[in-house]
Amino acid sequence: MPEVLKAPLAVEFPFTRSLGPVQSAFLTGLRERVVLGVKTVDGRTLVPPVEYDPVTAEEIRDLVPVATTGTVTTWAWNHEPRRGQPLDTPFAWVLVRLDGADTALLHALDAPGPDAVHTGMRVRVRWAEERSGAITDIACFEPYDGDDTEVTVPAGEFENPVTGIVAEARLDYTYSPGRAQSAYIHALADRRTVGERCPSCRKVYVPPRGACPTCGVATAEQVEVGPRGTVTTFCIVNIKAKNLDIEVPYVYAHIALDGADLALHGRIGGIPYDQVRMGLRVEAVWTEGARYPDHYRPTGEPDAEYDAYKELL
Amino acid sequence: MTRDIALVAFAQTDHRRTTDELSEVEMLMPVLHGVLGSTRLKTADIGFTCSGSSDYLAGRAFSFTLALDGVGAWPPISESHVEMDGAWALYEAWTKLLTGDADTALVYSYGKSSPGSVRDVLTRQLDPYYVAPLWPDSVALAALQAQALIDAGETDEPALAAVAARSRADATANSHAQLRGSVPQGDYLVRPLRTGDCPPIGDGAAAVILAAGERARDLCERPAWIRGIDHRTEAHSLGVRDLTDSPSARLAAERAGAFERPVDTAELHAPFTSQEVVLRKALRLDDTVRVNPSGGALAANPMMAAGLIRIGEAAAGIHRGESDRALAHATSGPCLQQNLVAVLEGDPR
Repeated sequence: MPEVLKAPLAVEFPFTRSLGPVQSAFLTGLRERVVLGVKTVDGRTLVPPVEYDPVTAEEIRDLVPVATTGTVTTWAWNHEPRRGQPLDTPFAWVLVRLDGADTALLHALDAPGPDAVHTGMRVRVRWAEERSGAITDIACFEPYDGDDTEVTVPAGEFENPVTGIVAEARLDYTYSPGRAQSAYIHALADRRTVGERCPSCRKVYVPPRGACPTCGVATAEQVEVGPRGTVTTFCIVNIKAKNLDIEVPYVYAHIALDGADLALHGRIGGIPYDQVRMGLRVEAVWTEGARYPDHYRPTGEPDAEYDAYKELL
Repeated sequence: MTRDIALVAFAQTDHRRTTDELSEVEMLMPVLHGVLGSTRLKTADIGFTCSGSSDYLAGRAFSFTLALDGVGAWPPISESHVEMDGAWALYEAWTKLLTGDADTALVYSYGKSSPGSVRDVLTRQLDPYYVAPLWPDSVALAALQAQALIDAGETDEPALAAVAARSRADATANSHAQLRGSVPQGDYLVRPLRTGDCPPIGDGAAAVILAAGERARDLCERPAWIRGIDHRTEAHSLGVRDLTDSPSARLAAERAGAFERPVDTAELHAPFTSQEVVLRKALRLDDTVRVNPSGGALAANPMMAAGLIRIGEAAAGIHRGESDRALAHATSGPCLQQNLVAVLEGDPR
């Protein structure tokens, strides 16, 4: 079996999220070094506050300041911080019930080691230097040996309330395309297009994905197709794609390579865009060092008869 | 309207740390063929198909549509998908069969955790406003729950280690398991959880077939009848919950009829040792019940499939005549946030 192909794949998704009135007040409060809770219908104070009562689902809007000091209700020592976590030195994950709150907030506790952490210990908020209206405006918690509670009460309505957050996220993967697609990509490196035939319906799939989507069985028999093919249908692209250096308009087409029972798609070049037509005979154009065809160009053969490709539309 | 519905076939892959050489559909096809083969059904005979998976695991958008290639979805089939463990796909299929719209259902699920970092991937399911920006990984959240249990006197580290050891010892009889036999308890991953307290990370897939009434008896010598199934969720905010208990699991079990008569076997989806402690209490399982004879999620935890596998393992015990009444449990979300319980029975022997 040929070498398994692998490639790094980073997925980034910076969601812009709007905030409800309670979330907005809470995050704006953090920016102003105030922690707000919300009163539930049964009189409890939730921190972090939510928009709806967790029991009755009623809208709750009664915000109250709670302390920036509190008590650890459970903890876990993280000796190897991971990307994106609040501290890059070993720390404790903690649930903290702030004084005046009935529920606990998840955050990090900066402590010298696990022996310095226990359930029931007193902690207080350490504010981030730069605050923007986000949960990370709390840099972390730190041990607190005072007996009193510290409450910061807002002077009045906050100015410029935060109305949204941008939630940045990035996940890194090592992509591996599997057996059938690896074989396809390996063959492409030799400028050959190799599909796979379904043992049941005998159709040849290009590119192969390992299964016949009609019969639900594994494909295995490799079949070289092309190098020539027929345009089965096409569209004219008038919008320039980001990071793509191709003059518009250009034609993007479905191309049924000779011997294939499924059309693949590619750009058509070497012919004015308004002369491309169904049935046009084309062949792949390779560029030096590329692992796949750059585009397809006319072969000069007579057009294929409609009947020859109508099943592949 | 009531209808008797049973699991009549179950198949799973060998679960492995990586399956680089296989795409998701290539990994999935053998289990699809396994359950179809054992019931001598074809795709065209199946009334409803439902799957569970998550694109975030492997970072492949719409991977579940490619997975459908393995089913053979032409002519068009009646099909659905949940972005959850396959146990919830089974729940949807069960309701579909209850309506009478279908007599048979194919349920499958798969997960490839190997391309990504599952501890980080799972942070993306958390509250995006207050929690996800802190990137608390799945082991960290489970460790907070474990510490809460230790503080409450419900367990201690030796007891957790015993859960780990028993699970991996039982898994020696399970050729599909990823971690078997003597596995060192290891160092702390996130204290108080050690590597041994945590599930293996791996790739795998599972499939089952459900059938209603006489159809089930035609397809299987001893069908595993679903006597009840229910799922319940709790608040998403960890600080609102009592992490030492699982009221959602208890309520689901009650609604599924689990407490009406004792079960002989329980397959619990407890990826972390500490979660078995919570579930045993919530589900009132005493020492007379065989818990996780398969080794459970501590022996193999393919994401999105491990819950369905619990139901499949419980059913397979009934198929083989080793069990007469079993409880199967699946979980989703951090610290047992959401729980599904099914009660399965075989016909009297």
